Amino acid sequence: MKKIKLILNGIIKENPTFVLLLGMCPTLATTTSAINGMSMGLATMAVLILSNMAISACARIIPDKVRIPCYIVLIATFVTILQLLMQAFVPDIYEKLGLFIPLIVVNCIVLGRAEAFASKNSILDSAFDGLGIGLGFTIALTLLGIVREFLGAGSIFGYQIFPADYGCIAFILAPGAFIVLGYLIVIFKKLTKQA
Amino acid sequence: MEYVIIFISAIFVNNILLSQFLGICPFLGVSSKKSTAIGMSGAVCFVITLATVVTFLLNNYVLAPLKLEFLQTISFILVIAALVQSVEIILKKIAPSLYQALGIFLPLITTNCAVLGVALTVVTKQFDFSGTMQSLNLLEATVYAFATSLGYGLAMIIFSSLREHLALANVPKAFKGIPIALITAGILALAFMGFSGLV
Repeated sequence: MKKIKLILNGIIKENPTFVLLLGMCPTLATTTSAINGMSMGLATMAVLILSNMAISACARIIPDKVRIPCYIVLIATFVTILQLLMQAFVPDIYEKLGLFIPLIVVNCIVLGRAEAFASKNSILDSAFDGLGIGLGFTIALTLLGIVREFLGAGSIFGYQIFPADYGCIAFILAPGAFIVLGYLIVIFKKLTKQA
Repeated sequence: MEYVIIFISAIFVNNILLSQFLGICPFLGVSSKKSTAIGMSGAVCFVITLATVVTFLLNNYVLAPLKLEFLQTISFILVIAALVQSVEIILKKIAPSLYQALGIFLPLITTNCAVLGVALTVVTKQFDFSGTMQSLNLLEATVYAFATSLGYGLAMIIFSSLREHLALANVPKAFKGIPIALITAGILALAFMGFSGLV
């Protein structure tokens, strides 16, 4: 029961994108299409689960004063592993996400969960927390990607809904990212009755 | 000539905040007052330029000859964290007034993805100079880093001035705070797209 609560907490109550507003850089930069947004979300989720588990396991042996650098090194290790794996097995997606894969290291969500949750809880709970927050992040990025791809190129996950010529290209470019995210936060607030 | 092109394109055309989306967290977090935005931009400018020079040298003279490029991410983030710490200590000793102005922003910069982003960009990306793709040399990398951070400051200061006005505007309750700031940033990004034919 508690595990399900942890997952739901990450998706709704502490959704990293819509509520906590953390990790904005990949959120805005990689959501040019639904598939890109989803792959970025899944990549972050993988790092989040693994780093949460590792930090939870090591929390007792890391001295308090140097904990932040230690956490960053642990996170950077998992990011490098992921980077090499993606380069080997899904080179197309790796090419598209580019710089934002190594930048998962400085994603405040990962370090934030390490500090706020993983360092104080058991390994299993930390894994579920990582899964929940990761899912919340993935859902948010996929939604943002769907809206931007639909308005900008007239397709969803590559399936053409209306001809691409009618799309407003600005939604795929930088301005659309800010505007769509702004409106999605408003809708999320309304749905969860926070405003 | 190349330096001018790097300079203009890094500030206006490929603005780090409004078209590359690096360093968005402080862009939204500390931009509600112009004075803090200026302080943050100053600190970022200083750290980005310094960090890029150090990581560029580290990459080209240590990692590349030893074929350890896969350690870039780990080593760069450690170098940046150590650099920020030492800059903080040095500033405190030799320039207390500057430390007063930048002090509180310095620790935040370690996790500002703009710093790591620029450091990784200059060592990995190939740039287009009059048709030929090539990587940057040390001077070009420094110019690129400095210009990028100036672009950061420019966008930051414009945006914080807009937000000071937004605070007084009467917006619907659900839009208050971050949502309306994001939409404003979107319109600002739309305006910056006008520079795209410049270089």
